Amino acid sequence: MDSISSLLALIIAIPAASAAVLLVGGRWTDRWGHVLGTLAPIASFVIAVLAFLDLQAGGGEPLQQHLFTWIDVNSFQVDFDLLFDQLSALFVLLITGVGSLIHVYSIGYMAADPRRRRFFGYLNLFVAAMLTLVLADDYLAVFLGWEGVGLASYLLIGFWQYKDSAAVAAKKAFVVNRVGDVGMALAIMLMFASFGSTSFAGVAEGMESASAALATALGLLLLLGAAGKSAQVPLQSWLLDAMEGPTPVSALIHAATMVTAGVYLVTRSHFVYAETEVAQTAVVIVGLVTLLWGAVIGCAKDDIKKALAGSTMSQIGYMMLAAGIGPAGYAFAIFHLLTHGFFKANLFLGAGSVMHAMNDDVNMRRYGALRAALPITFITFACGYLAIIGFPGLAGFWSKDRIIEAAFNENVYIGVGALIGAGITAFYMTRLMIMTFLSEKRWQRDVHPHESPLVMTAPLVVLAAGSVVGGALLLNNWIVEWLEPVVGVEEHHEALLSPLLITLLVLAMVAAGIVVAFLIYRRDKISPEAPTRVSLLTRAARADLYGDAVNEAAFMRPGQQLTRSLVQVDNRGVDGAVNGLAALVGGTSGRVRRWQTGFVRTYALSMLAGSALLVLGLLAVRLA
Amino acid sequence: MSGSGTFIPWLTILVALPLLGAVAVVVMPRGSSLARAFALGLSAVVLALSLVVAVQFDAGGGFQFVEEYDWIPAFGAHYAVGLDGLGLLLVLLTTILTPVVILSSWRDADEGRWSSNAFFAWVLALEGLAIGVFAATDVFLFYVLFEATLVPIYFLIGGFGSARRSYAAVKFLLYSLVGGLLMLASVVGLYVVSADSAGGPSYRLEDLMALSGDMGTATGRWLFLGFFIAFAVKAPMWPVHTWLPDAASEATPGTSVLLVSVLDKIGTFGMMRFCLGLFPEASRWATPVVMTLAVISVLYGALLAIGQNDIRRLIAYTSISHFGFMVLGIFAFTSQGQVGSALYMFNHGVSTAALFLVTGFLISRRGSKLITDYGGVERAAPMLAGIFLVAGLSSLSLPGLAPFVSEFLVLSGTFTTSVLAAVLATLGMVLAAVYILLMYQQTMTGPVRESTRHLPDLRPRELAALAPLVALIVALGFFPKPALDVVNPTVDRLLEHVGASDPDPTVAAEEEGSSQ
Repeated sequence: MDSISSLLALIIAIPAASAAVLLVGGRWTDRWGHVLGTLAPIASFVIAVLAFLDLQAGGGEPLQQHLFTWIDVNSFQVDFDLLFDQLSALFVLLITGVGSLIHVYSIGYMAADPRRRRFFGYLNLFVAAMLTLVLADDYLAVFLGWEGVGLASYLLIGFWQYKDSAAVAAKKAFVVNRVGDVGMALAIMLMFASFGSTSFAGVAEGMESASAALATALGLLLLLGAAGKSAQVPLQSWLLDAMEGPTPVSALIHAATMVTAGVYLVTRSHFVYAETEVAQTAVVIVGLVTLLWGAVIGCAKDDIKKALAGSTMSQIGYMMLAAGIGPAGYAFAIFHLLTHGFFKANLFLGAGSVMHAMNDDVNMRRYGALRAALPITFITFACGYLAIIGFPGLAGFWSKDRIIEAAFNENVYIGVGALIGAGITAFYMTRLMIMTFLSEKRWQRDVHPHESPLVMTAPLVVLAAGSVVGGALLLNNWIVEWLEPVVGVEEHHEALLSPLLITLLVLAMVAAGIVVAFLIYRRDKISPEAPTRVSLLTRAARADLYGDAVNEAAFMRPGQQLTRSLVQVDNRGVDGAVNGLAALVGGTSGRVRRWQTGFVRTYALSMLAGSALLVLGLLAVRLA
Repeated sequence: MSGSGTFIPWLTILVALPLLGAVAVVVMPRGSSLARAFALGLSAVVLALSLVVAVQFDAGGGFQFVEEYDWIPAFGAHYAVGLDGLGLLLVLLTTILTPVVILSSWRDADEGRWSSNAFFAWVLALEGLAIGVFAATDVFLFYVLFEATLVPIYFLIGGFGSARRSYAAVKFLLYSLVGGLLMLASVVGLYVVSADSAGGPSYRLEDLMALSGDMGTATGRWLFLGFFIAFAVKAPMWPVHTWLPDAASEATPGTSVLLVSVLDKIGTFGMMRFCLGLFPEASRWATPVVMTLAVISVLYGALLAIGQNDIRRLIAYTSISHFGFMVLGIFAFTSQGQVGSALYMFNHGVSTAALFLVTGFLISRRGSKLITDYGGVERAAPMLAGIFLVAGLSSLSLPGLAPFVSEFLVLSGTFTTSVLAAVLATLGMVLAAVYILLMYQQTMTGPVRESTRHLPDLRPRELAALAPLVALIVALGFFPKPALDVVNPTVDRLLEHVGASDPDPTVAAEEEGSSQ
C-alpha cells in the first residue's frame, strides 16, 4: 500500500515531464513528440488504476503522499501533499482515461499540422495541471492546478493563434476565468484568516465552529470561482468562443474535464456548503439558470461545435444543481460528470471526425445525409446522442434521471426546470442529428466526405461503448456508496413524487423534444443559409442570450473609458503639474533645455549644495 | 575587527570590486570588445563571491559579515556594513542581474553619447553602490550611498537610449533630488535626537533603533515623513510615479532593468528597514494613508498599463502596480505580508528584468516601441514569443511562477488586518491578466505582418541572458523555501521591534475565548 502511495506523484510528474521535453526540446522532438505525448497520460492511467485497486482493497483508506513544503511563513503553511481518495480517484481515472483516448485521436486529427508536437506538449501540460487540481489536498495547491489548466486552456484555444479570432477567444477565456479566480483567491485568504489553514482537513475542522455568515461568504466566493471555470452564468460567455481551439481540445478541456472543475470544487467543499443554506441555494440557482441558458443557446446554433458547447454548459448546470442540493445530490453530480465525460467527449470527437470529412467546415447547414459516408462516426455519434438525451438504459438516462429526481425532492420548481431542460436537450440534440447525419445533402461543391482513419475511429468506439454502459456505475448503488466516505450520507426524506412517475415524466419530455425537432426539420427544408426572419428568442439565442453584449456594456466599454481618461489625467494632470513645477524652477522651458546640456555642472553643484547643507546643519546643531 | 586572523571583509570586497572594475573599464581601449568582456567577467566574479556569502549565511543569525569603523566621529557616522536576510536577498538580486544586463546590453551602448566603455563602467559602478546601499547599517552611510547611486543611473539614462532620454534623465533627477533633500532633513534631525541621548551622537542603525522608543511622537512623525517620501519617490508610488514611465521608455533595456529591478527596490527596502525600524510609532500612525496610496498604486498602475501603446511604458506602469503590492505588504504589519513583500522585491526584480530584456530584443529587431507596429511575431520568432509569454505570465502572477508566491503572501497578510485593502488589491489580478495578455495578443499573435515576417529569433547570447531568469522564475515558483527561510527571521525581528504580531485565526480565537 505504501509503495503505491509513493507512486502518486508520478501520475502528475510523467505528463509534466513529457510537456517539458516537448516544449523545451523544440524541433528535435518533432518526429516522435506525439508518441511520447500520448504515452505519458497512458502511463499515468496505469498507475491510477493500480492506485484505484489499492484504494478499493484497502477498505477505503485514502492514499496520501507528502512531497514538499511549498510555502512556510509562520502560521501560513502550505504543503504539496497528494490525496487519492474516493472522489479524486474517479477524477484521476476520468482525466487519464478519456485523456489518453483523446491523445490517441489527436495523433490522427493533428497529423497535418506542422506544430503537432507543440500541441501534444500543451495537452500534456493540461493533463498535469488538471491532475494537480484534483490530487492536491490544500486549496492553494488546488489553485495552482486551477490556474494551470487555465493557462493550458489559453494556449490551446489560441493554438491557431495566427487567426485573430482564436487569439481573442483565448484571451477572453483567461480574463473571464480570472474574474472567477478572484473569488477563489479571496476564499483562500478568508480560510487562512479564519482557520489559520488552507488545507482540506484544516478547513473542514475549522468549519465545525464557524459562523453561518463565514460559511456563506466562503460558499459564495468558491461558487464564483466554480462559475468561472465551469462556464456557469454569469461567467459563461467564454465557453462558446473557446470552440476556436482544435476539436480534441474542446472534447478534453471544454467538455470532459476542465469545465467540470467547478463541480469538483463545490463537491470537495461539501463541509463548507453543509453550514450554509444561502450558498447552497445560490449553487442550485446558478445551476438551474445555466442548464436552461445553455440549452436554449444550443437550439439556435448552426455551428456544430457551438451547439455542443451550449449543451456542455447546460449539462454542467445539471451537475451544479445536483451539487447544490447537498449530500443527496453530490454522488449524482459526480455520476453525471463521469457519464457526461464519456458521451460529450464522444460527441465532440465525432464532430471532429465530421469536420475532418467536410474540410473543417463547422456549419451544420452545409452538412446532411452523412450517415452513409461516415458509418462509424455515425453509429458512435448516435450512441452519444442517445446517451445525452437520456434514452432508457444508456448512461445519461441513469445519471440525469437521478438529478431530476433529486431536484424534485428539493423543490418542485427546480424539478420542473430540470425537467424542461431535459426536453430542450432532446430537441437540440435531435436537431443536430438531423442536420448532420439525416436529412438531405447540402454539401459545398468540393467536399468529398470520407471516414476518418482508425487512429481516430478507435477512440470513438471506446467512448461510444462507455456512453452505452456508463450507467453501470450505479449498479447496486455503487457510486453513491463509494463516495459516501467523502461527501457523507444522504438523509432520506419524504419523496414528493414517486421515482417511477418522475422517470415517466422525463421520458415524455424527451419524446416531445424529439418529435418537435422532427416535425420542424422534416417540414421545412433546411436551407444552407441561416434564415434571417426568426423569432426574438432565436435571435437572442444566436447572440448567446446577449451575454457578451451585457459584459461589453457593463464592464468593457466603461473600463476602456476609464483607462483612456486616466491616461489623459496621468499625462496632462499629474505629469503636467510636475513639469510645470520644473519649468517654474528653470524659469522657462528654454531654460530647462539649457539646464540639461550644462547639467553635469549643475548636478555637481546640487550635490555640493546637499553636502554643504548637511555639514552646515550638523554644525549648527552642535553649536547650539 | 574579528579576533581570528582569517577575517575576510566580504561586503567591502563586494562593494569595492565593481567600483574598481569601473575605473579599469574606463581606461581600457575604446572600440574593442575588451571592456565589455572584462565587465562581464568581473560581474561574474562578483556573482560568484555573493553566492559564497549566501552559502555561509546563517538564516537565524541576525546581521552577519559585519564590518564597522568610525568614519566621522563628530557626527557619529560609521562605515558600518552587515547583511540580514532582506539585505542578502537584494544583494543577490543585484549580483545576479548585473551580468545578465551586461550580456544583454552587448551592443546597446554603441550609439550612445559616450563610448560603450562608459556605459559598462557606469553599470559596474552602480552595482557596487547598490550593494553598498543594501549592506549599509549606518544611516549616514546609507544616505550618502543612496544619493551616490543617482550619479551612474543619471548618466546611464541620459547618455544611452532613445530620443527623449535627456528629458527623462532630468525629470528622474529632479524627483530624486527633491526626495533626497527631504531625507537629508530627516537625517539631520536624527542626529539631533541621537546627540541628545545618553550615548552621544551615533548613526548606527542599531543605536538609532534602540532610541526609537524614546523619540517624541511629533519628532518621529516628521522624521518619518522625510524618509517615507524619499522612498515613495524611489519605489514609485502614486502620485509621485510619473518619472518612471519616461525613464524606462527612453533608457536602454539594460538601464531600465537596473533602474526598476534594482534601484527602485531601495525604496521598498528603505521603508522596511528605516521607516519601520527607526520610526515604529510613526509607521503605525501613517498606515491608513500609506495603505490607501498603495491600493491606488496597484489599481492605477494596472489601469494605466492597459491604456499604453508603448511596450516599455506599459511595463513601467505594471511595475507601479507591483510596487503598490510591496508597500501594501510592508504596512500590513503581519509576517506573511512583510515576508511576501521582501520576496516580492526579489521576484519582481527577476520577472521584470526578463520582461524588459525580451521586449528589448524585440524592439531592437523592428525599431519600434509601439505595440501596434507588431503582430504575428510568434510565427517568425517562437522562442522569443515563448519567453515573452513566460515573463508576462510571471508578471500576472500565475501560480507555479515565482511572483505568485510573493503576491499571494502579501494579499493573505493584508487580508488578516485589512480586508478591504486586500479585496481591492486582489482585483489587480484581473487587470494584470488584461494588460499582459492584451499586449501579447497584439504583438505576438494574429496574422503575420510584412514587417514582422522575417524577424530573427533569439540569438545564443540573448538566450543565454534570458535563460537564467526563466529558470529562477520557475524554480522559485515551486520551491520558494530557501528564500522564505532567509527572510522569515528578519521579518520576525522587525515585527517584534515594531510591536506587531500576527492576528490569531478568527475562528480558533473564538473557540479559545469560549473555553476560558
